Amino acid sequence: MTTNTTANAIIGAGTGATRSKDWSPRTESILRVVAPVTLGIIVLAIWQFLVTVGGVSDYLLPSPTSIMAELVAYWPAVVSATVLTGTNSLLGLLVGSLLGIILAAVAARWRIADQMSAPIIAALAVVPIVALAPVLNSMFGADSQFGRQAIAAIASFVPIFINTLRGFRQTRPVHRDLMKAYAASSGQMLRSLTLPTARPFILTGIRIASSLAVISALVAEYFGGPRGGLGSLIATSAASSAYSRAWAYVGASIALGLLFYLATLALERLVLRRVPTGGSR
Amino acid sequence: MSDQIPTTTSAAETMTGAAGADAAVEVRGLNKQFQTASGIVHALEGIDLTVEAGEFVSLIGPSGCGKSTLMRLIADLDVPTSGELTVFGKTATQARLDQDYGIAFQQAGLLPWRTVAANVALPLELHGVASAARRTRVADLLEMVGLTEFADRFPDQLSGGMQQRVAIARSLAEQPRLLLMDEPFGALDEMTREKMQTDLVRIAADTGAAVVFVTHSIPEAVFLSDRVVVMSPRPGRISDIIPMRLDAAEGREERDDDLREASSFFEMVTEVREALHGGASDGENPAPRAARGVDTR
Ligand SMILES: Nc1ncnc2c1ncn2[C@@H]1O[C@H](COP(=O)(O)OP(=O)(O)OP(=O)(O)O)[C@@H](O)[C@H]1O
Ligand SMILES: [Mg+2]
Repeated sequence: MTTNTTANAIIGAGTGATRSKDWSPRTESILRVVAPVTLGIIVLAIWQFLVTVGGVSDYLLPSPTSIMAELVAYWPAVVSATVLTGTNSLLGLLVGSLLGIILAAVAARWRIADQMSAPIIAALAVVPIVALAPVLNSMFGADSQFGRQAIAAIASFVPIFINTLRGFRQTRPVHRDLMKAYAASSGQMLRSLTLPTARPFILTGIRIASSLAVISALVAEYFGGPRGGLGSLIATSAASSAYSRAWAYVGASIALGLLFYLATLALERLVLRRVPTGGSR
Repeated sequence: MSDQIPTTTSAAETMTGAAGADAAVEVRGLNKQFQTASGIVHALEGIDLTVEAGEFVSLIGPSGCGKSTLMRLIADLDVPTSGELTVFGKTATQARLDQDYGIAFQQAGLLPWRTVAANVALPLELHGVASAARRTRVADLLEMVGLTEFADRFPDQLSGGMQQRVAIARSLAEQPRLLLMDEPFGALDEMTREKMQTDLVRIAADTGAAVVFVTHSIPEAVFLSDRVVVMSPRPGRISDIIPMRLDAAEGREERDDDLREASSFFEMVTEVREALHGGASDGENPAPRAARGVDTR
């Protein structure tokens, strides 16, 4: 399951990144923001140059300025579409997180539940969830957002379940002995030991799931259902050859995905900075 | 998470009732074997040991002779393969459920997401002690182990010895009648170690707690104990039980730093040392050498 390795890689990059010797931490944190922004500006400038001076057809690739113009002209529609898709993603992420954590707790507690769920989880991890979109859309009717929310929920459930279950298995023998010596009930065990141990894993799962939730909620809109979300507006704009407008909606989608990612990243950093997770014996 | 309540408590109680009123720990013909990939490991064989209430008993012996295993059996963290084991006249499981003992492991085993104070408060919290009472108790305990100013730190900001002191404070939190301590002072520097030893003797005397204390240090065992249990490995057996006859120490509260320089102290160190080495005495004038050189930690 690739999700696991990704999770690890991201944990590693987030907390254990080694600092370059030459720069002070302050310079480095400034650079971390300035460098990508600069790169973005350079790319935009080359893009604009290619389209206006280089003679690339506006049809093939609209210029950044024309996309900006569309963004301004259709601002209310962009905002309402972002809110709609964002709401679907957020609901999906919340429901998926809750389900993932609860079911992982069940699977960690009862081996049989783990064995029964393992093939389903493996299947869910492999099947692209959006493939279910046409089915769910027709199941829940043409004017319901439920199908999209369900897809976002399933998509975010998978990495959260897998990471949480892994986290639940990280409790150390000496800590389990300690809780047993105190005759802790299984509820106390969960609250005082298992959940705190799993906390960094759960947060990583949620961060990975946040992007998946946005992507699946958005792509699900390509397969019919009510209009008004970013996905359906990108599809209809492109279909009516309004490429600049389609790109404007794409830009809004990127912003939405980034917002989700950064929010969950901030949550993770905040919690883990205040509460250490390791290092004691 | 096995909170199963044993069904044979009454049988155990009647049995030890006859043997004398509630020894802290009563072990008869105890065996423990571990099944491993490479065969059966005889961790303990034919262990007989009684620890009276309020008695201080040290277990000493080479690495792998089953000291930790014996302690885990008393704490009901593991089950014996055969033999009898009672704690205050009850089964080990009942004694654990009744919270009759406090335990400090070989590793500190602090919860890294809890502050020092919250770690010490853990047992009080789990057993529903009111938060005001909890706070004063934790403050007292941290004062005792000299970590008051570290109350709000997290364990990963502490040295190994400091972490071990937090674990000791935690084991004392509920003033248990029986203290199980597995090399608790192993990670401490010599000065802190001596202070903690003196404190432990005082606490055990004050609270009347029985102590089962695992150590690799002969002087430590001699200084602290009423009796020293010498064990030998493969299979883990008790090879000798040596009562400590220290002139200065009729009552345990008499044990202070003067004792460390008394001649009776060196004699006992030598006796334990010889028992540990299978009775073979090596060289003349062994006492001062023993005091300096045999501390095998
Ligand atoms: N869970 C286990 N599975 C298999 N073998 C074990 C287990 N626990 C202990 N043993 C074996 O039992 C023997 C006694 O181990 P134990 O930890 O009690 O030794 P010890 O006297 O505490 O040693 P040390 O002084 O190094 O702490 C060892 O040979 C060890 O390998
Ligand atoms: Mg040991």
